[in-house]
Amino acid sequence: MAEYVIKAEKLTKKFGDFTATNAISFEVGKGEIFGFLGANGAGKTTAMRMLCGLSKPTSGKATIAGFDIYKQTEQIKKNIGYMSQKFSLYEDLTILENIHFFGGIYGLNNQQLKSKSKQLLHDLDLEKEAKKLVSGIPLGWKQKLAFSVAVLHNPAVVFLDEPTGGVDPVTRRQFWDMIYEVAHHGMTVFVTTHYMDEAEYCNRISIMVDGKIEALNTPSNLKHQFNVPSMDQVFYQLARGAKRIE
Amino acid sequence: MKQFLAFVRKEFYHVFRDRRTLFILFGMPVAQILMFGFALTNEVKDSKIVIMDQSQDRATQQIISKIEASHYFKIQQNIVSPKQIEEEFKKGKIKMALIFPSNFYNDLMHLHTAEVQVIADASDPNVATTVTNYISAIILEYQHNLNLNLNLPYRISTEIRMLYNPQQKSVHSMVPGVMALVLMLVCVMMTAISIVKEKETGTMEVLLVSPLRPMLIILAKAIPYLLLSFINILTILVLSVALLGLPINGSILLLIAVSTLYIIACLSLGILISIKTSTQQDAMTISLMGMLLPTVMLSGFMFPIENMPVVLQVISNIVPAKWFNIIIKAVMIKGLGFGAIWKEVLILTGMTIFFLVVSLKSFKIRLA
Amino acid sequence: MRTLKFLLKKEFSQILRNKTIRVAIFVMPIVQLIVIPFTADYEVKNINLAVADHDHSVYSRQLISKITASGYFRLTDYTNSFKSALKSIESDKADLILEIPSGFEKGLIKENEQKLFVAVNAINGVKAGLGGAYLGEIIKNYNNDIRLKWVTPESFSPFPVIDIRSSNWFNPEMNYYFFMVPGILAILVTMVGGFMSSLNIVKEKEVGTIEQINVTPIKKHYFIIGKLIPFWILGNIIFSIGLIVAWVVFGIVPVGSLWVLYASISMYLFAILGFGLLISTYCDTQQQAMLIMFFFMMIFILMGGLYTPTESMPGWAKIISQLNPATYLIEMMRMIILKGSGFSDITPSLIKLGIFAILFNSWAVFNYKKTS
Repeated sequence: MAEYVIKAEKLTKKFGDFTATNAISFEVGKGEIFGFLGANGAGKTTAMRMLCGLSKPTSGKATIAGFDIYKQTEQIKKNIGYMSQKFSLYEDLTILENIHFFGGIYGLNNQQLKSKSKQLLHDLDLEKEAKKLVSGIPLGWKQKLAFSVAVLHNPAVVFLDEPTGGVDPVTRRQFWDMIYEVAHHGMTVFVTTHYMDEAEYCNRISIMVDGKIEALNTPSNLKHQFNVPSMDQVFYQLARGAKRIE
Repeated sequence: MKQFLAFVRKEFYHVFRDRRTLFILFGMPVAQILMFGFALTNEVKDSKIVIMDQSQDRATQQIISKIEASHYFKIQQNIVSPKQIEEEFKKGKIKMALIFPSNFYNDLMHLHTAEVQVIADASDPNVATTVTNYISAIILEYQHNLNLNLNLPYRISTEIRMLYNPQQKSVHSMVPGVMALVLMLVCVMMTAISIVKEKETGTMEVLLVSPLRPMLIILAKAIPYLLLSFINILTILVLSVALLGLPINGSILLLIAVSTLYIIACLSLGILISIKTSTQQDAMTISLMGMLLPTVMLSGFMFPIENMPVVLQVISNIVPAKWFNIIIKAVMIKGLGFGAIWKEVLILTGMTIFFLVVSLKSFKIRLA
Repeated sequence: MRTLKFLLKKEFSQILRNKTIRVAIFVMPIVQLIVIPFTADYEVKNINLAVADHDHSVYSRQLISKITASGYFRLTDYTNSFKSALKSIESDKADLILEIPSGFEKGLIKENEQKLFVAVNAINGVKAGLGGAYLGEIIKNYNNDIRLKWVTPESFSPFPVIDIRSSNWFNPEMNYYFFMVPGILAILVTMVGGFMSSLNIVKEKEVGTIEQINVTPIKKHYFIIGKLIPFWILGNIIFSIGLIVAWVVFGIVPVGSLWVLYASISMYLFAILGFGLLISTYCDTQQQAMLIMFFFMMIFILMGGLYTPTESMPGWAKIISQLNPATYLIEMMRMIILKGSGFSDITPSLIKLGIFAILFNSWAVFNYKKTS
């Protein structure tokens, strides 16, 4: 893969004496599904927030879609989608209003808004609920809707921060179908998760321990490398050594 | 008991970690004392006036210099046309205009009467009355000096004594109000919000499944605010005595005892609100609209209750701060003992018991 | 610009769906304008008077009936001992004591001079001052009546008298509501605007939606303007409702032009909303924002000259009141509504409010950080 969409080099974030992420380096290619694993407090969310431009790194370098994360955060923001573990649509707006709002601020024109929201509602089978408030729909639907909204403007990368937390297995399966779909069309997916079965769906995964990336490879290579049959055990072996435990 | 103390400690962490909130909670009484003590007075001074002197003789000049010498007035400028007067009023620059007609001194000496016109900006009626009185007094004093040799028969003189507050400072009526208001804020609003917040974030359920009795959990949440309230009361009292020179004429013990009663009344009201509401915004709205506003408006510390329409006078009876206000004034300023306030104390106690009983009842229903 | 359109659409839908705000828009103006002027009535009337009459003469009774006929005083206690009159003051049944010494009538005729004692409960300074002054005035009039009865006009040697003609402009009937209502309108706009805006951004922080906004390419100033405009419109609506209430309930119709009135409200709203948003950018929880806003609200209202004249304040307090946007609005409201002041009269205040507006809003934009 010659074309790297995400490039991080010795990216570090310190909060006072505490080093949340410690000189992490990796590259992610176009259309790749990149899994980001680690125990709670290992530094995943901090790393992701830096890449999204929500948090300024203490040192190190990184580019997203060719833009520098120090100087060009606003250009980066045009080229990424983001969905966080905290559910991130407006509960007091209707489904359609949310779609129009987020589409609108990413600069879609009226024509695009109309066709895209129609398509989206159709795909999610939400046509009848379009005028319902988001607060009134089940969590699984909300998550799928949030994902669809995050990729509405067709960004180069979409960042997903524990997108399937608290969601039932069937919906999770559908959610991953949606991820494959966008990756297939060339969008890079950067996803953090705690579910090891989801880790298996990724093209490559990295595992963070105490702010450092301790392993980075395809799932099958990792299992081979640690000589264990499942990702669960790979993760357990690495995380066991962690000093930071909540 | 040990578990209970553990809960109380947790609540203290919550309250004392939020520095911004603490700063406001302690800063509020200080700011209020400073404002009420030094900045807000109903006394009228340095009122700006214009004078239109068409006579410019000995008499007018003497009167003008008397006006200049008083600290009630600041003469802005001397003007020449009546039209200018209206312009100055409209610019909001002056409170009063004084017009001397031409030949003022001549008329006064030869016709034994002369006219002077005083125009006050009555958009503030009290200020208008006061400045008119002041200027009349200055002019009459001048007239009196002219007539020194004349002795009036059948003179009734009046000696006025100001009881309790000889300098007529507004702080005397404000300090009990400041106490009532700050305690209302800390005990009712902060307590209610902090309990409802646990409901909103779901941590309340975690607490409710713990072995501690539910009402004790609520009580534990109220204790840090009880302490905060005590600190606030002491701050207010120390500041009023040290900074404002306000005397505590009655017994300090009694003062603290009645304040404690009021704090408990407020805390139980806060608990009641928290039990009846489910979101922070609701708790805020109810405490603000239902509690703080009546405390400011209807407790009688800022505005005289007897001037209000009867409906509002009746409503004022259910405002705890009204009774607290009466008690504090009696104990602190008038120096009266328990015998003078037992009725009000009884009413406050009754209210507290009512709030607590209703809270307990509603709380049980929620758990079932 | 297109982004702004979407932001505005979102804010409007959210605001209009918020029950608390919907209720506040209609209930606040009505409640505040009806309740506050009736309660905050500083007009001194119904002063309770206790008389300790040691004389029980025709003169003492004449004096008392003259006092009660004035309309300012209510006789609540009539005794012959000062002690029992003082009890009335202690139990708040009386505000003033008039003590008439024994032999008042006889002494006045024989010795040509008598002294009356007045004791005032001065805990409420305004009431004490004005009550004492009124009583003094009535006694003086009574004194004149007696003189006229006993002294034939001829025996007066003519002496110069200055005739003071006083007139009260802009509120000739000295109606206290006329003074309060324009001020309350200013407070209404301040409270509604201040609280709504200060709770707004912090709520997005608490719910977490601010994160989602922060990863979008929205420009910071668009975000703030998007918050500002809906509340600005809302503030104008609330003010209009308040104006209608003032007209229906109190019969107050602005003397000045509505254009000038709305110009001042509009400018003020930019300033106070900017201040609210600024507070919002500094806070983490709604509880904090609420408390901090309450603190400033209190200072704004008390130091703005609503109840007490700003001229009487000491130097440091005058500076604070000049740094308080509400001071200018309260002043302008009274000027325009009661006196009919025009544009040129309020220009200096408008300019100062404009400076506040620019300062607060740019500070809010600066302090709202998309990146931590």
